[in-house]
Amino acid sequence: MTLTSFIAWIAAAITFGTIIMYGSVGEILTEKAGNLNLGVPGIMYLGAIASLAGAFFYENGNPDAVPWISALIAIVCALIASFLGGLLYSFLTVTLRANQNVTGLTLTIFGSGVANFFGGSLVKLSGGVGQISVSAASSAVRSTIPFLSTALGRVSEILFSYGFMAYLAIIIAVCAHYFLNRTHVGLNLRAVGENPATADAAGINVTKYKYTATCIGAMIEGLGGMYYVMDYVKGTWDTGGGLEALGWLAVALVIFTSWKPRNAIWGAYLFGFCYWVYLYIPSSIFAKLASMLGATNTTYMQNLYQMIPYLVTIIVLILVSKRKRRENQNPASLGVSYFREER
Amino acid sequence: MKNENYEIPRKTVKEPLFHLVRRDELPVWRVWCIRIAAVLLGMLVSALFINGITKLNPVAVYQSMFAGAFGTPGRIWQTLKEMALLLCIAVGLAPAFKLRFWNVGAEGQILIGGLVTAAMMISFGGKIPNAILLVLMFILAALCGAVWGLIPAYFKSKYKTNETLFTLMMNYVALQLVEFFVDIWDKKQSHSVGVINAQTRDGWMPYLGGQQFLLMVIIVALLTVGMYFYLKNSKQGYEITVVGESENTARYAGISVSRVILRTIAISAAICGIAGYLEVTAVSHTISSLTAGGRGFTAIIVAWLGKFNPIAMTLITALLSFMSRGANQIASDFNFNKHASNILIGIILFFILGSEFFINYRIVFRHHAKKEEEN
Repeated sequence: MTLTSFIAWIAAAITFGTIIMYGSVGEILTEKAGNLNLGVPGIMYLGAIASLAGAFFYENGNPDAVPWISALIAIVCALIASFLGGLLYSFLTVTLRANQNVTGLTLTIFGSGVANFFGGSLVKLSGGVGQISVSAASSAVRSTIPFLSTALGRVSEILFSYGFMAYLAIIIAVCAHYFLNRTHVGLNLRAVGENPATADAAGINVTKYKYTATCIGAMIEGLGGMYYVMDYVKGTWDTGGGLEALGWLAVALVIFTSWKPRNAIWGAYLFGFCYWVYLYIPSSIFAKLASMLGATNTTYMQNLYQMIPYLVTIIVLILVSKRKRRENQNPASLGVSYFREER
Repeated sequence: MKNENYEIPRKTVKEPLFHLVRRDELPVWRVWCIRIAAVLLGMLVSALFINGITKLNPVAVYQSMFAGAFGTPGRIWQTLKEMALLLCIAVGLAPAFKLRFWNVGAEGQILIGGLVTAAMMISFGGKIPNAILLVLMFILAALCGAVWGLIPAYFKSKYKTNETLFTLMMNYVALQLVEFFVDIWDKKQSHSVGVINAQTRDGWMPYLGGQQFLLMVIIVALLTVGMYFYLKNSKQGYEITVVGESENTARYAGISVSRVILRTIAISAAICGIAGYLEVTAVSHTISSLTAGGRGFTAIIVAWLGKFNPIAMTLITALLSFMSRGANQIASDFNFNKHASNILIGIILFFILGSEFFINYRIVFRHHAKKEEEN
């Protein structure tokens, strides 16, 4: 394996990891408040399609579209849409006390429906033809840091060849870590997730915390969807359902990190590595493995290598549950609606 | 010194405008009134959504959706087929969820069932009598589905491994397995298997009275009735209820919790595998990564909302199948893609989910509360 392809692998892993890092950090905040939101893929979808639509309506028929304004519009739209998704989820589960798992799954169905519907027909609805594309916003999101991205040779390629959203994800993860462990409000939030009745008795407004954490978490997830559209698929729409798989991986990453945003940073990149193994492992190794299994065509085998991130998740899941370390467990009241008059 | 005349200072406590009280059992007719109202509201919002895109008025929307779902005998059968597939999975999931085992892996279990069925059709089609082949495929699909569910169930019962995530990941492993075999069986490098045994129809479920889906509908109906009695009248069904309500109680009563988990998930996953078998042998006669088509997730919601009651589950699947078939009709009328149906299903389900609140709780306002106290 050459150094160049190894660096390309790292870059691909980081781009991939950034998407699920947004998703999992958002979901960690949500789950720390005791809300198990299985609507992560749906919320990422909502963020993705809103950012695409926002940028599209700005850029469509506007030859002088300023890239960074378009990107800004995309971000704001993603934040609003995912906020609304989180609000809907909170309203149903916190205020109306609907079952969290079912509400989350419904949100995923709804979000993927909305996104794939409009992703496929936005151009048609606005009277145009062809595939949707927002080149200006995408170029702004993908533009790298001037000077640094080339000056240091290989180091630049590995560390500084990404758009600003990749660094924002790390900053958000670090902030979330600081917030949950070092601030008063963060500790209150964890109290709500562990034991809402006790938190309530201590004068913490459980409803307010659950709403806020879920909505802010959803907004972070929405940014992941926006990054997916603008960077990963380069400002177009992919109706193949790729984002849904990523959203589920983000949920998996939450458990993988044992609810610690700090771990989400390296965990996400590790998932990225696993995800792209099949493209970057030299074909000679593929061929050897394939002939051992009796397959003649190596491309068949790629399908099997694509199982790796999921198998790794399963193995980690088993190991973590086998060790049963107390600090690695989920928030105690995760998935349970809180009703004050019922203790 | 104690001050005898000390009076506790009375702070005026601000009483909230309203508070919530858990309801006692509502009469059945009121429960259904609330649910029907929720569905109607959901349908209204769906109609408004379609109206916003197509400019059809809401009445025309439902006329055209109705035509799409029930307009011709062929369409009615299509809707029935959709219903049967979804109901089959929901029936399979019901015991798992009654046990509070979050089996999100129905998609994977369906795919594995379908994959085995397709493999048998390809390898043994024409070599053994069709009836035997159909029975063999049925058994193998159920077995393989069960194995796919037993893997997470084993770790759940042994180490309490999070089953939601485990089953979810098993979906993707199954998906890649399907893609792998699709590539192996695909002779034209088109990344699809095509219709299996298109000429000979080996391994296809026979058409009863000329109807492609009749036998499948009967099988699902039998499974549904069987599951109803299994959950309600059998000892094993009772054990599921006890373990689902409280594992400690079950242990105290001498029920082996891990055995109940393994047995129940095996049954649950086997039925999901059978759903994959039906999809391949009776409906599409092919296998692809789209075979499960998201039904495994929708069925969870059906099982949960239907409270594992087969009549309620049948009604909900009927509603959802109508909405999705109808939405597909509108989508094809206006040349949109089929994802619109997921939007409508989402809207309807949100309303049904929200309506449960009004069944379980009632809101007591401040002045009402005072009156109640005086009485």
